[in-house]
Amino acid sequence: MYGKRWVIPGMILFVALAAFPFYWYAVGKDKPFPQLEMPKNAKACVEKTPFMRANHMRLLDAWRIAVVRDNLFVYTAASGKTFEMNLHKTCLGCHTSTEKFCDRCHTYNDVTPPCWECHLQTETASKGSAS
Amino acid sequence: MTISRRKFLKTTSVSCLALAAGPSLGHGYELLELPGRMSKGPEELKAKRWGMVVDMRKCDGRCTEDCIGVCHEIHNVPFIPEAEHQVMWLFQEPYENAFPDRSRELVSKVLKNRRFLLLCNHCDDPPCVRACPTQATFKREKDGIVMMDYHRCIGCRFCMAACPYGSRSFNFRDPRPYVRKINPAFPTRRRGVVEKCNFCQERLEVGKMPACVETCKKGALVFGDLDDPDSEIRRILAESPHVRRKPELGTRPSVFYLF
Ligand code: SF4
Ligand code: SF4
Repeated sequence: MYGKRWVIPGMILFVALAAFPFYWYAVGKDKPFPQLEMPKNAKACVEKTPFMRANHMRLLDAWRIAVVRDNLFVYTAASGKTFEMNLHKTCLGCHTSTEKFCDRCHTYNDVTPPCWECHLQTETASKGSAS
Repeated sequence: MTISRRKFLKTTSVSCLALAAGPSLGHGYELLELPGRMSKGPEELKAKRWGMVVDMRKCDGRCTEDCIGVCHEIHNVPFIPEAEHQVMWLFQEPYENAFPDRSRELVSKVLKNRRFLLLCNHCDDPPCVRACPTQATFKREKDGIVMMDYHRCIGCRFCMAACPYGSRSFNFRDPRPYVRKINPAFPTRRRGVVEKCNFCQERLEVGKMPACVETCKKGALVFGDLDDPDSEIRRILAESPHVRRKPELGTRPSVFYLF
């Protein structure tokens, strides 16, 4: 092979560099999962926790579309319990502090949904109108 | 492998079509299988086509602070002093602005000095809906309310250009600092979206009449089902001569004026 002396070490170096993120992060530690403040007035969410964890945004999306477009209002969960499809009354009725619940997980996962640019939690609202 | 130009174009266009058609089928929320089911609110006020009568014989314009105030307070409508940035759901205009198509020559004094209460007409054939490229503005099949889904609004303002009544306002700036007293139960809007009267959809769904109608002590505002021949609003319309704004445009407004 022509230029063996350069090509083979070059290839090794390339693979080492390309794989850098894999072994670098493999030695690192996971950031600890954030501590969420659970609501005091309820034991269970609308649906089971694994479903809510994975799909709460889709559930909210479905609720919104149903409410504004199809005049629907009540959600009967798999458990048979009924809820008003209303972010403020239902979700924030239990999760009174979005900082101690929503934001912690969102920050951990590096997502910034714009919910609070429009929706209000009672706590922020009572602090006055300045955002 | 060789492929003819014709066959290449055929395959590509068919694949592109399939890609485009896939997600656009049906409502978005059918994509997620919800474990539960959704139904109507037990207290919801129902109508085929909501409409309103504004009786200008009763509305003397002296207490409009009340109805406008309540509407703007419960809906977090910002109060912005600069006229060109103002946001209005319910507002007042003189005769020549409210009814520019009607004769402005030799107008009776009664009309000339009136300030007419204006709001979105919730048109039966709303041009704003046709203009909206994202379906952020739409007419509800079940009750005729012209609604907005603020999440979908991209702020192109086509709807404002299309609405012949000036019923829509644009948020040129973040409205929240201009909301006098925040009602946390209703969202505010963000900069770059359009907003307008929603016929108090959030109150109808829990069995309450629109806030302005409830507030008006003079009985100048009557709200009801235009499709129900036995409703009060239909009785009033059958008994009194009435006008709508710019009827010649064929938008068929659901707000009627008596004077
Ligand atoms: S009054 Fe304007 S905003 Fe309201 S439905 Fe008619 S066209 Fe649309
Ligand atoms: S400004 Fe918003 S509601 Fe109006 S036409 Fe554009 S997307 Fe639709």
